Amino acid sequence: MLNSYLPLLVILLLSAFIGVAILVLSALLSRKNASPIKLMPYECGMDPIGNARRRFAVRFFLIGMLFIVFDIELIFLFPWAAIYEKLLMFGFIEMLIFVLVLLLGLIYVWKKGALEWE
Amino acid sequence: MIDLVWLIPVFPVIGFLINGLIGRGFPERVIGWIGSLSVGTSFVLAILIFSELLGMDAGSRSREVVVYTWMLSGKLNVPIGFLVDPLSMVMMLVVSGVGFIIHVYSIGYMHGELGFRRFFAYLNLFVFSMLMLVAANNFLLMFVGWEGVGLCSYLLIGYYYEKKSASDAGKKAFVVNRIGDFGFLLGMFLIFTTFGTFSFTEVFAAAPGKLPAGGLLITGITLLLFVGATGKSAQLPLYTWLPDAMEGPTPVSALIHAATMVTAGVYMVSRCSVLYAMAPVSMTVVAVIGGATAFYAATIGITQFDIKRVLAYSTISQLGYMFMACGVGAFASGIFHLMTHAFFKALLFLAAGSVMHALSGELDMRNMGALRKKVPYTHMTYLFGTLAIAGIIPFAGFFSKDEILFYSFERHVGFWILGAVAALMTSFYMFRSVFLTFYGESRVTPEAARHLHESPPIMTVPLMILAFLSLVGGLVGIPIFEGLNRIGDFLKPVFAPAQAIINGAAQQAHAAVSHGAEAHHNVGLELLLMGVSLAVAIAGLLLARRMYITEPSRPDKIIEEWKGVHTLVYNKYWVDELYDFLFVNSIVNFSRFLWKRFDDLVIDGIVNGVAEVTRWFGAGLRRVQSGLVKDYALSILFGVLLVVAYLVLR
Amino acid sequence: MIPIPAINLGSILPALILCAAGLVVLAVGLFVRRGAVTVAALISLVGIVLAFMTNSPLRALNAEAFSGLVAADSFCWFLNILILIAVGLTVLISAKYLADEGMALPEYFVLLLFCAAGMMFMVSGNHILVIFIGLETLSISVYVLAGIHPAIPRSQESALKYLLLGAFSSGLFLYGAALLYGSAGSLALPALAKYFQAGSTSLMAKAGMGLLLIGFGFKVAAVPFHMWTPDVYEGAPTPITAFMSVGVKAAAFAAFVRVFFDSLAALQVNWSQILWVLALVTMILGNLAALVQDNIKRMLAYSSIAHAGYILVGMVAGHTEGTSALLYYLLAYTFTNMGAFGVVALVGRKGEANNMIDDYRGLAKLHPLLAVTMAIFLFSLAGVPPTAGFVGKFTIFSAAVKEGYVGLVIVGVLTSAISVYYYFRVVMKMYMEAPATEPQALHFGPAVVVGLLIAAVGVLYIGIFPITYLDLAAKSVMPLF
Repeated sequence: MLNSYLPLLVILLLSAFIGVAILVLSALLSRKNASPIKLMPYECGMDPIGNARRRFAVRFFLIGMLFIVFDIELIFLFPWAAIYEKLLMFGFIEMLIFVLVLLLGLIYVWKKGALEWE
Repeated sequence: MIDLVWLIPVFPVIGFLINGLIGRGFPERVIGWIGSLSVGTSFVLAILIFSELLGMDAGSRSREVVVYTWMLSGKLNVPIGFLVDPLSMVMMLVVSGVGFIIHVYSIGYMHGELGFRRFFAYLNLFVFSMLMLVAANNFLLMFVGWEGVGLCSYLLIGYYYEKKSASDAGKKAFVVNRIGDFGFLLGMFLIFTTFGTFSFTEVFAAAPGKLPAGGLLITGITLLLFVGATGKSAQLPLYTWLPDAMEGPTPVSALIHAATMVTAGVYMVSRCSVLYAMAPVSMTVVAVIGGATAFYAATIGITQFDIKRVLAYSTISQLGYMFMACGVGAFASGIFHLMTHAFFKALLFLAAGSVMHALSGELDMRNMGALRKKVPYTHMTYLFGTLAIAGIIPFAGFFSKDEILFYSFERHVGFWILGAVAALMTSFYMFRSVFLTFYGESRVTPEAARHLHESPPIMTVPLMILAFLSLVGGLVGIPIFEGLNRIGDFLKPVFAPAQAIINGAAQQAHAAVSHGAEAHHNVGLELLLMGVSLAVAIAGLLLARRMYITEPSRPDKIIEEWKGVHTLVYNKYWVDELYDFLFVNSIVNFSRFLWKRFDDLVIDGIVNGVAEVTRWFGAGLRRVQSGLVKDYALSILFGVLLVVAYLVLR
Repeated sequence: MIPIPAINLGSILPALILCAAGLVVLAVGLFVRRGAVTVAALISLVGIVLAFMTNSPLRALNAEAFSGLVAADSFCWFLNILILIAVGLTVLISAKYLADEGMALPEYFVLLLFCAAGMMFMVSGNHILVIFIGLETLSISVYVLAGIHPAIPRSQESALKYLLLGAFSSGLFLYGAALLYGSAGSLALPALAKYFQAGSTSLMAKAGMGLLLIGFGFKVAAVPFHMWTPDVYEGAPTPITAFMSVGVKAAAFAAFVRVFFDSLAALQVNWSQILWVLALVTMILGNLAALVQDNIKRMLAYSSIAHAGYILVGMVAGHTEGTSALLYYLLAYTFTNMGAFGVVALVGRKGEANNMIDDYRGLAKLHPLLAVTMAIFLFSLAGVPPTAGFVGKFTIFSAAVKEGYVGLVIVGVLTSAISVYYYFRVVMKMYMEAPATEPQALHFGPAVVVGLLIAAVGVLYIGIFPITYLDLAAKSVMPLF
């Protein structure tokens, strides 16, 4: 019973290790050149502390929304990948079409300039 | 030949299509003749079919011609089919014949009018619809014609649409007719649910066996149908649109609002004679409404000064006669009067139109007088029409009106008295119009006098033809002598089933009460009544002569003496105002009420009320800036609560 | 080996083709600089025609596909045709409108096609979730389309209102579905039917049914779920209003009929009484409110509410007669209302400046043929023979009379008599009044002319020769009974 959760534990430990390792390595290896701006907590380019009613740049929403859309589409890839071998050619072609549609969406977004920051 | 009956309505529709679609840029004359000849062709075809019908055995003169299956759905089977029998034949002949004459007249009358082409296109469309109405072999197709003529009437009344009164009159006619149509539709639905078919022959054949005579259902059906007839044929209480309809061009008044469309109700009642015969209550209602209308409209006719309005009220009154005839069971007499009335009333209108033409559009008889010499042909023909409508022997109206009066007397003397008094008034106001228009002192305005002229032959020739018909038209129905009442004999097979039902009921009643008196023509009585009605007509003539020729100051004195009554009648008993007050305003106000009060106050009010209550509890809660979407959502929520509560609590 | 469910693309091919056409328009629109709208319209039309052709096999089928998620039957066939007619006419009307308004937006057509595909899924859904997905696909497209006019603030306002209220009603719909699932254990229509036929009726199931009914009632704009309609119809670009009033209504009614007659038939006593009340108030309120409108789009919005009432009468009547009358009515209404709104779009001119009924004064003098076509559409809406509207009303009312709903029919006939007033007011203005200012001639495009011609001919043709279509409608509802 518990055996089946072993991989989970491994992943847990592994991810914890990687997270810690990155922090430690960057603390050890980076050059430290402190300035007030650099010392500010960083969150997607926004000042994290302040009035909640301040306006956001609309570009931010756009990118955020696009990210979510494509991110959620990605969810569909996981179950497909898990049983990919059993779905044979049919599954391959179907996912190809799906990705193509997504690609078209990406091209559209790109071409419309929604990915440009300026 | 009879199988070609479907072509009769097709010709006018061809005329309509040519003039309506590609007629732009055609010269007037071409448009006029295309319109007239398309109707004329129908008339010729109708005559050919008529002669073939005459050649057949009297008992077998009924034929159905189905052209196309229009609707087929379950039990519902509605063909585009035509019923050719003596009744529809008479109607087709009258519609196409009188229609043709009026078309020709219009070429002269409408000369130079803006929208000449539009006029002829509508007129042809009207003739098509009217022919469909009278030739259809089922209720639904008849209804198509019924609505079609209503539409054309609306379009033609509003022909001078730049005049507000004209477009208002068109609207009024349409709306009032729709009220009648509502009854007609319901009657039709009832027929369908009862008999499962719309076909005339099937319904009439099945009715006596399927429904008890005098039962609630048959009475309901016939009364609902009659509601439709009162709308279309301008009877009490739905007559108010017809006088206003005189806003249309005069040929329209002649064709639609005198000769043909308004008689559709009479035709429909006669067509359903079997159903009416089975419902004595409805028969009585028809007769009473008809008689009352005949009397009532005649009283108004006496006081009017607008020549076309006089004729309009006279039309209403004459239609009342026809309904009275149907109501007392004399359907053939009603149709006979319908025919003669088509001749003389079309004539009167066209002659009045010719007077207007001569006087540059003057309608008020107070601005006429002494036109006899100036417009001799018009005067002569108008006089013929008047003699016919007044019922002076041997003009057409004498025979048909006399027949109706005779049968009314047989039914109940009250009907006869109504009819005879109305006849006296008719004679009086018609001769009044003759004297005011053509005799006495000239009161024509100097400006109109300068242009005074007789109409061109294209108008006077149709007048003469109609005058001739008004003179001899009655001779097809000479009473008393065996075999001379040709129209009565011709129509007899159509009404025989109804007659049999009526006679059967009468005999039962008689057998119970007395020793079965014979219901045959009492020649002595008939001659006596004839004498009385002739005397009445002449009395009206003399009275009018006395008041408007011998002592022209007399009418004003009488008006002075009877001021109250005169004001009442002159203003048409304030019925229009009453209807406005009772119905028109209240409906408009009601819908305004629903919008302003119900939608804005009640629905929104409930929603706002909920918010109000919420605000009470939630102290300090500020009014939300945009409440609209929220209000809508609350209205949905309101529905949700009702629906779910109903389902759960039930 | 995982069993792959039976894939029967043929049964949803029309919808797939519309989606594909939408994607092509999307791609092409990116790379075409000038005339993008024309190109997009042409591609859309090609897609619509292709979908039309691939639709015909459905007529002979009476099957399910995708493990019973989707039905492939003549009911779908009929409604797919209806949807394709609606979307086709919308494309024809829109090309000119977009050009006039200076909206070079190929996306407009993409959304239109996706919306139509959503409708197709909705009418063919044999499972409440499929129906819901179709519903949402069409709704989201329509929300965007309603607000697509950049220059008219009212357009955006209407889109937002529609979105908010639409989301609200979707929520109710889903809630209803959840309750049904909770009691029946499935959302497949046949499973639901089986559950209710077995005689089980829990309060939960009934409440769920009520909420579903409200969800559909919102989409078809029945009173009291109608309040969004006038605002949204007025604000949305006119061709979109046309599409909404016809397509969305048809798809919603189709799914409504399928769900309620297919799976909830055992509860008919319950829901038909509610529909009776809804039909009654919808007819009365729609018609009376339309009487006092001065804006033609608002007037037509209330008129469309009223027509929803008539159609509900068909649902109340039920059986083959009622539902087939309903289908015919939807067909008649598609041609009629598309045409009427097409004329409104044309007369509206740039920026929809001329949307008042008074703006129709003297139209007959300026453009006699346009006035005649408008008159045909208005006559059909009023139910005057020989138009399709007359036959539609007649069949619906006679079906209701046959089932004994005489009271409802009396109200229906009375209210449609009232409706004559406001339809004819427009005719009056066109023919019998003079415009306030000297009007400028309208410019027609070939597409609009074709669109209006199709609509007008359709109205007259199926009105004068209705048997074939009544018959088709009667055959199309067969799979439901």
